[in-house]
Amino acid sequence: MSLNLKKYTIITGHYGSGKTNFAANLAVKAAKSGEKVTVVDLDIVNPYFRSADFGKLFEQNGISLAAPIYANTNLDIPALSFNIEEFLSADGKVIIDVGGDDSGASALARYKQFLSAYSDDIEGIYVINMYRYLTGTAEDALEFMREIEAASGMVVSSFVNNSNLGEETTAEVIEKSSAYADEFCSLSGLPLRFTVDTSGKAAVKNRFEAEIYVKKIWEN
Amino acid sequence: MERNLMKGNEALAEAAIRAGCKCFFGYPITPQTEVAAYLAKYMPKNDGVFIQAESEIAAINMVLGAASAGVRAMTSSSSPGISLKSEGVSYIAGSDLPCVIINVQRGGPGLGGIQPSQSDYWQATKALGHGDYQLLVYAPCSVQEMVDKVTLAFDMADKFRMPAMILADGLLGQMMEPVTFPERKTEFEPKPWAANGHGNKRKHNIINSLYLVPEELENSIRNRYERYEIIKANHTEAESYLCDDADFVVTAYGASARVAKSAVNRARAMGIKAGLFRPITLWPFPVNEINEACKNAKALLDVEMSMGQMIEDVKLAINCSKPVHFFGRTGGVIPSPDEVLGELKKLSEANK
Repeated sequence: MSLNLKKYTIITGHYGSGKTNFAANLAVKAAKSGEKVTVVDLDIVNPYFRSADFGKLFEQNGISLAAPIYANTNLDIPALSFNIEEFLSADGKVIIDVGGDDSGASALARYKQFLSAYSDDIEGIYVINMYRYLTGTAEDALEFMREIEAASGMVVSSFVNNSNLGEETTAEVIEKSSAYADEFCSLSGLPLRFTVDTSGKAAVKNRFEAEIYVKKIWEN
Repeated sequence: MERNLMKGNEALAEAAIRAGCKCFFGYPITPQTEVAAYLAKYMPKNDGVFIQAESEIAAINMVLGAASAGVRAMTSSSSPGISLKSEGVSYIAGSDLPCVIINVQRGGPGLGGIQPSQSDYWQATKALGHGDYQLLVYAPCSVQEMVDKVTLAFDMADKFRMPAMILADGLLGQMMEPVTFPERKTEFEPKPWAANGHGNKRKHNIINSLYLVPEELENSIRNRYERYEIIKANHTEAESYLCDDADFVVTAYGASARVAKSAVNRARAMGIKAGLFRPITLWPFPVNEINEACKNAKALLDVEMSMGQMIEDVKLAINCSKPVHFFGRTGGVIPSPDEVLGELKKLSEANK
């Protein structure tokens, strides 16, 4: 499947929707297809489980990673300590993993002006998960999206159905979310970019086969 | 049965709402902030009150006030914040009030760090505040169990008129797992002791922890300790996993029990007869259960995210009848299954 990535892919979503795992998969796929890829970890909300955890995976695939130097340390500061604009100016494709909800998305507003020069070359992807308690209906998922758009000043242009139940995810669990994705599509008017499939055999539209990179320590 | 994917902290919060918690008072601290953030949003939508207090000390005293009026009340924090609450918890215990306190532990002492830890075991089970008293302490090891124990903690706190604690850690608070929530609780036992307005129809109730006569204070404590005996006899909980034929029993609670279970499975695959004993109630400690679990064991291996705190209860519970070894990581470092497996291999070699 061709990814058809624009210069910038900005990934937002309700926290726990699986943004980070999707971002990692997208980056690895793009790199394997020969693209030069930079991932920017813009998460100022989450203290653990974040793109910065994938340093090794990204290195193996030749992906550049820009993460706050305080990520996964004991310094509890929502600071973006690196020169993001330098990373945003990198050659190739740039994937931006934004923190969850409107509070996480507010970090993106800081770069609105810089990014506005590239507005034709940006894809804003909103990640949804039917099995998350607060986004269990298409209406609720849309409400979170509106809050994220308002806080970030960025417009979402497509969505990814990443409906999953963690370790209980099966093809059936994913397939059951198709109606939810269809409803979100018609409510929001946005195209379904991908349906993420970690089971390897789900019969779904725009299937995006993905690995589970975000693992618990006892699963390693 | 509806399944939802929840982050540990939000699951704690939603479980409290469903258990009929009507008052939450807290102060933000990593890694438990999502508990307060969730309740700030959803408490008002559920006829409840959320207040971000000016400090942890204020928050626990607001809990004391709400509990006095017979309302189900909760506070939540992480290690340094729990230390600040300790005076209020002692007053709540001394006033025979029910409440739920959540500790999503992080590294200590002092400001420590924000990564997960289990170094508040002693504080929770022995000395959260001054005076002769105990807390009910539950140590869940999954997001589902956090939901179940919050529900139970509210019921047990009411039943025995005492504070109950959920002793979680940053890993459990931050991780995501599928859960099923219980139905919303709507029926509650009456609280005839509550100071909630006598309407000139009954004698007024007094909520107090000050006694002017030492014998009266002693009596109040003795009464409380009689309740503790009932709890010890009837309300311990533990999980025994592959213990029946185990040569080596690993003892661990909370997140480190998840790591330990993984190590036990790997050891079994290599032919080492390992088992896991996981206390779910830390106070009261499951004494009978651990003796049953390790009756055929040659040795025990206690695994904690601390320098070794629960190990003292393990040794006491089995009356030092078998050697108890220790492996721990601390300061926010999580032991890996392979590290624990390494310790089991050493034990197996030494006992050949």
